[in-house]
Amino acid sequence: MSGLSITGLHAAHARTPVLRGVDLLVTDGALACVLGPSGCGKSTLLRVIAGFHSAVQGEVTLRGRLLDDGRARVPAERRRIGYVPQDGALFPHLTVAGNIGFGLPRGQRQERVQEMLDLVGLSGLGDRHPHQLSGGQQQRVALARALAPRPELLLLDEPFAALDAALRTELRTEVAATLRRAGATAILVTHDQDEALCFADTIAVMREGRIAQTGTPHALYHQPVDAGVACFLGEANLLAARIDAGRATTALGTLPLTAECPDSRPSTAKPSTEGQGTVLLRPRQLRLATEPGSDTVPVRVLRSHFRGHDHRVELATDPRPGVPEQLIAYTDSAPPRNGSPLFVTLHGTAHPVGPVVPPDPAPAPAPAPAPAAEDRAHAARASTR
Amino acid sequence: MSTLDRPADQGLPPLSRWRAPRTWAPRALLPDALVPRALPLLVTVVITAVASPLVFVAVQAGQAGWAQAQRLLGRPLIATLLWHTLSLAAVVTVGAVALGFAAAYLVERTDLPARRFWTVMLAMPLAVPEFVHGYSWVSLFPQVQGYSGAVLVMTSSLYPLVFLPVAATLRRFDASAEEVARSLGRGRWTTLWRVTLPLTRPALAGGALLVSLYLLGEYGAFAMLRFTTFATAIFTEYQLGFDAASASLLTLVLCALALLLVTLDARAGRRGRLVRQGATARPGSPVPLGRAKVPALLAVTALASTALGVPLFALGYWLLRGSSTTLPPASILGAATTTLGYALTAAVVATAAAVPVALYSWRRRTRLAQAAERAAYLTRALPGIAVALSIVFFAVRYAQPLYQQPPLLVAGYVLLFFPLALTAVRASLAQVPPGVEEVARSLGTRPLGVLFRVTVPLIVPGLGAATAMVALTASTELTATLLLCPTGTQTLATQFWAYTTGLAYGAAAPYAALMVAMSVPPVILLTRRTLGPKRPSETP
Repeated sequence: MSGLSITGLHAAHARTPVLRGVDLLVTDGALACVLGPSGCGKSTLLRVIAGFHSAVQGEVTLRGRLLDDGRARVPAERRRIGYVPQDGALFPHLTVAGNIGFGLPRGQRQERVQEMLDLVGLSGLGDRHPHQLSGGQQQRVALARALAPRPELLLLDEPFAALDAALRTELRTEVAATLRRAGATAILVTHDQDEALCFADTIAVMREGRIAQTGTPHALYHQPVDAGVACFLGEANLLAARIDAGRATTALGTLPLTAECPDSRPSTAKPSTEGQGTVLLRPRQLRLATEPGSDTVPVRVLRSHFRGHDHRVELATDPRPGVPEQLIAYTDSAPPRNGSPLFVTLHGTAHPVGPVVPPDPAPAPAPAPAPAAEDRAHAARASTR
Repeated sequence: MSTLDRPADQGLPPLSRWRAPRTWAPRALLPDALVPRALPLLVTVVITAVASPLVFVAVQAGQAGWAQAQRLLGRPLIATLLWHTLSLAAVVTVGAVALGFAAAYLVERTDLPARRFWTVMLAMPLAVPEFVHGYSWVSLFPQVQGYSGAVLVMTSSLYPLVFLPVAATLRRFDASAEEVARSLGRGRWTTLWRVTLPLTRPALAGGALLVSLYLLGEYGAFAMLRFTTFATAIFTEYQLGFDAASASLLTLVLCALALLLVTLDARAGRRGRLVRQGATARPGSPVPLGRAKVPALLAVTALASTALGVPLFALGYWLLRGSSTTLPPASILGAATTTLGYALTAAVVATAAAVPVALYSWRRRTRLAQAAERAAYLTRALPGIAVALSIVFFAVRYAQPLYQQPPLLVAGYVLLFFPLALTAVRASLAQVPPGVEEVARSLGTRPLGVLFRVTVPLIVPGLGAATAMVALTASTELTATLLLCPTGTQTLATQFWAYTTGLAYGAAAPYAALMVAMSVPPVILLTRRTLGPKRPSETP
């Protein structure tokens, strides 16, 4: 049975539209993530699901129960949806135990609170007050408090944003593990792609009030639908390519195309298989050598810097049509000095992003879809486990 | 809401139903739909009540008719009153701004010795009501009166209204702006003039507004100094009972002046906002006074002894001198009890009325919330005499049985001090972390439950402080008390006034002393809240 289902959701702040037709499906037991730049409407989406903000039109259902259809809405307190805001928002006048037990009927409090304290690893701190806890502990209490009444869905609104980098990494791994252990269905909202990639089973990339693409972290990283999604998830080299017969021919070489990911593309927007397009190559797909070989392309080192685990190298190419002026590569070994010549080979598969325009002689019954129309067509689907 | 209101568990798989059968409690007695609508309604009612004085004054003035209004307003008296009021307001405001800024700069940004002590001493004149200031000067130096006397007394008693906000701004703002100015080759004086002064501009504008509003509404001090302003003229016209229309017309002009000032201030204060303020700011190192240290010390000593020393000396002098002529202490005790009774009742009502308004604008910024905030802000500008007169008119016209009855005095205090209560309640709501109410609802608690389990427990200490502050401030109110006090009721202020007008300075002293003592805690609270508990440079 499906968990949360959102179709055609529109919402607005005063008269400014914020959500413009969001479609999202989160199955029971999945950890989903809504990823998007600030201002894209992801927090508003979460608040509509939680019941703090009303929809203009569209439908939000949880386990078949209609929560909001733009006319009638279930009040937040009857939705059985837990909510962890960015700063935790613990009740400052209650102890940790009082916080966790807030949503429980009196009779069950003691037992369940103990259980939740154990779950988040804070046993023995039940009598503390929120101000006596560290930031990470406060977020754990907020999580325990939200999980205590066994919500059907848990919403996390950038819950790690206020923590420092090391704690953030540690806590998000721990929270993901806790949620899986509790068998919870959860939606995390974040603008941090690292957080999204390591937390979620499914990521929905959100842009300007719509879901641009939904898929597994791997699929999103390697098979984004367009250049925007590609660049949002990590650095990207975008090359013009001629695409035919399952191969992409670029100015830097020829590569096989990525096999289609069935879920990431709607059938209506199936691109033409032949024509001119753009392909994505992640920096790791560029291999650098100091000696020329077969299929190598000469480049110069523009600048490079050491990042601890590897080097990031910016490469200048000879001005040629279809080749960006700069390429980015990550290498494990130190690159030569700036200005030195290098030779690039492409590895892996090329993924076409954006529309593929059929070659000129082809008739024109299929116009290139405008980006906006394409986005809407991507009925985003979160398929998980 | 019909289908959605049903208990949610119906369509659930057996597992979930088994898991949490009673977590989402059964329906409450009060329909939820009522609660979200009740708050805006309550806010509208409160704001209408608070803004009503202006309407009543206008209605009353309208009774006169246009021709008579023209005749009344064309009198030479009006021109005199306007000149008196405006020229005094201008001179005193400029003086208070200069004194307040200089004192704040010395105390906050230089190495003046004993800065904490001076901060308290320079803020304390606020604890002495203006009419007690007037009484102190007039009773000690009979030659202090008229225009120059009014300038002296009002400047020395009102400069703390500028001093406090400016000191707070200077204490909080980041030193880097001044340092950058110095590094760009500007001297200390240029930096003071071109950087520090503009940065304190919003505080200066706010303080200047308060000073001029006080001046418009003040009655007691001017009556004592025999200086005629709008407020004293209105009072006289009302007491002589010539005609209510004339008094209300004058009141309307006074209200218009006050609203004009508020509008001017809104323009002036907009520029020069601080970009960085609060905890992140780094305090600068104090400016060394060097050879100017002794003159600076002498200056603050002179200011403190004029503004605080004179009233304290006068009170001490008359308490000792007049002890033989004073009535038995029982009458003082009785007056104090009566005063506190009225003031506390009004404080509880004002605070209770402020809660929904503060809560509503804290939760969301709708048009109603903004309108409520603006209306409350505007009523702060209404002179006490205008509020009191409007209540008298209301009672005479629509509620005759209430005329000269206790509820009217309470109503007057509530209307007058509602803005004060609102500020205090808002300050305590600001301590509530954002989002706790929503989280509580997501945990299955109804809006009313959230209010009583989360919001109210969090603001109760703040509400207590708000009530105390309003009560103590109302205890020292004179103008509205004189107009609204039920016949035969003796409060501290009315007794003080009765003795003073009879030139029985010794008999008046104990009442004045008691009012000053009662004003000290609110002033300390105000100082604390404005300045913060301690200087950032003193925290480790």
